[in-house]
Amino acid sequence: MIEAPPSPKPSTKSHLVPGNSSPMVAVRSLAKKIGEQEILRGVDLEVTRGETLAIIGRSGGGKSVLLKHLVGLMEPDAGEIWIEGQNIIGLTERQLGAVREKIGILFQGAALFDSMTVAENIAFPLREAGERNPKVLREKVREMLDVVELEGQEEKMPESLSGGMKKRVGLARSIVRRPSCVLYDEPTSGLDPVVSDSINRLIRRLQKRLGMTSVVVTHDMKSAFDVANHVAYLHEGRIYFYGTPNQLQQTSDPILQDFLLGRSEGAGD
Amino acid sequence: MIVRFFSALGAPLLAFFQYLGEVVLLAADTFRSIFTHKLRWKLFLTQVVEIGLLSQLVVVITGAFTGAVFAAQTFFQFNKIGMGSATGAVVSVSICRELGPVLTALMVAGRVGAAMSAEIGTMKVTEQIDALRALAVYPTDYLVVPRALAMMVSMPLLVAECIAVGIAAGYFVAIFMLEINGTYYMANMVRWTRNRDIIMGLSKAFCFGVLIVFISCQKGLSAREGAVGVGRATTEAVVNSSLAILICNFFLTMLLNIIYPAGYQ
Repeated sequence: MIEAPPSPKPSTKSHLVPGNSSPMVAVRSLAKKIGEQEILRGVDLEVTRGETLAIIGRSGGGKSVLLKHLVGLMEPDAGEIWIEGQNIIGLTERQLGAVREKIGILFQGAALFDSMTVAENIAFPLREAGERNPKVLREKVREMLDVVELEGQEEKMPESLSGGMKKRVGLARSIVRRPSCVLYDEPTSGLDPVVSDSINRLIRRLQKRLGMTSVVVTHDMKSAFDVANHVAYLHEGRIYFYGTPNQLQQTSDPILQDFLLGRSEGAGD
Repeated sequence: MIVRFFSALGAPLLAFFQYLGEVVLLAADTFRSIFTHKLRWKLFLTQVVEIGLLSQLVVVITGAFTGAVFAAQTFFQFNKIGMGSATGAVVSVSICRELGPVLTALMVAGRVGAAMSAEIGTMKVTEQIDALRALAVYPTDYLVVPRALAMMVSMPLLVAECIAVGIAAGYFVAIFMLEINGTYYMANMVRWTRNRDIIMGLSKAFCFGVLIVFISCQKGLSAREGAVGVGRATTEAVVNSSLAILICNFFLTMLLNIIYPAGYQ
């Protein structure tokens, strides 16, 4: 690894790390094999409260797999994941519910419920949390649509939205309950540069206004430089580089240079 | 040779038992959830409409034409030995104990089981189920429990409807087309049809409903590989449900016949 990631706190038998100084997310020696392929080979990573970390890496390199582990959607073969001082490995699906309330996730394809309108999608987490007052729900939906700049789209069905609009609605749904951390899976993939920029602005605004911790998985370097306080480069199942966007730009490491400049291995032939 | 035979048999057998295990675990998880978690009434009522109300036309047509053709065939045979008026009894008991529950279940498996599997399968491959989980909603509570409860309520009602329509259609054909004496027809039917025949049919309906819902939901929840995977899951849900209905029907008949024996006793 080019620069060592901050060393995670030592593991204890208890699921809880005492004290309030624990990072928002800590990953230790995370390993995952899918079929015969080793996707993650011991990932160590920490995300401090209120910061935005961009995880970059080549397509198929395990970025989305890593992200899904952070919210318990996948189970690792080895390693630990700590969310606000609680180790989530070994928790049952129902126990994970409490952890997931602290974390919002924006899926690569937005994963909107296609049988519901935009408003119903956004209100869904609130309804599930027991909010039944239609006036409160309407107000919250309007507020969220305002945040993601989609005013007046309440009654549209997901199938009639563009890719960028779907991602914004997905984001609105994931932040409506004000989680302390939001995970973004390729938030700008497949979007034109203008829409990508608006999504990046949105991520920055959420960090500034609401103090949300963000983990952004992307291979869009402009997006990573735009939004991140720190960047982690995932290479061959491990964190190969960890540092600030400036440090990444100044690196002379050939693997990172190839990635930053978009050079394939045989480019010099 | 023998070793090769058994090793070739091993993988499919293991896969079969793993599949059975998954269905049983889903059922256990669902029943646990029914008794320990709050029911989403709106979803439950939506499913009652989808499974019960919207299946009625299919079930009524199935019941009517089965009752009609069964009455005609029974009459053609019985009339040769001068027992034409016994047609009503045969039609009624057969529809209550076998034809009503089995044919209704097969129709519901085709109509509702396929829809359940396709809907849940599409949600699975488009990450909507992951989204549910990420929003701290347990998929069994949200997707399976309302469907299972709606099926348990709707299936006995649909079978009751099928039985009633089948008997009525048989009566219509016997009296107005085959000119059997209505009084004898009714007397024989009432004499030989007992409450236990109806209870047996409704018990089977409940069991078949449970089979359809868990087989279909499990297939949907385990769908993968995009549209092809959803198509495969849907087909397998219908085929497996239909086979399970026919196989379980035999064992249920043998078991329930001990509790509710057939015939005039």
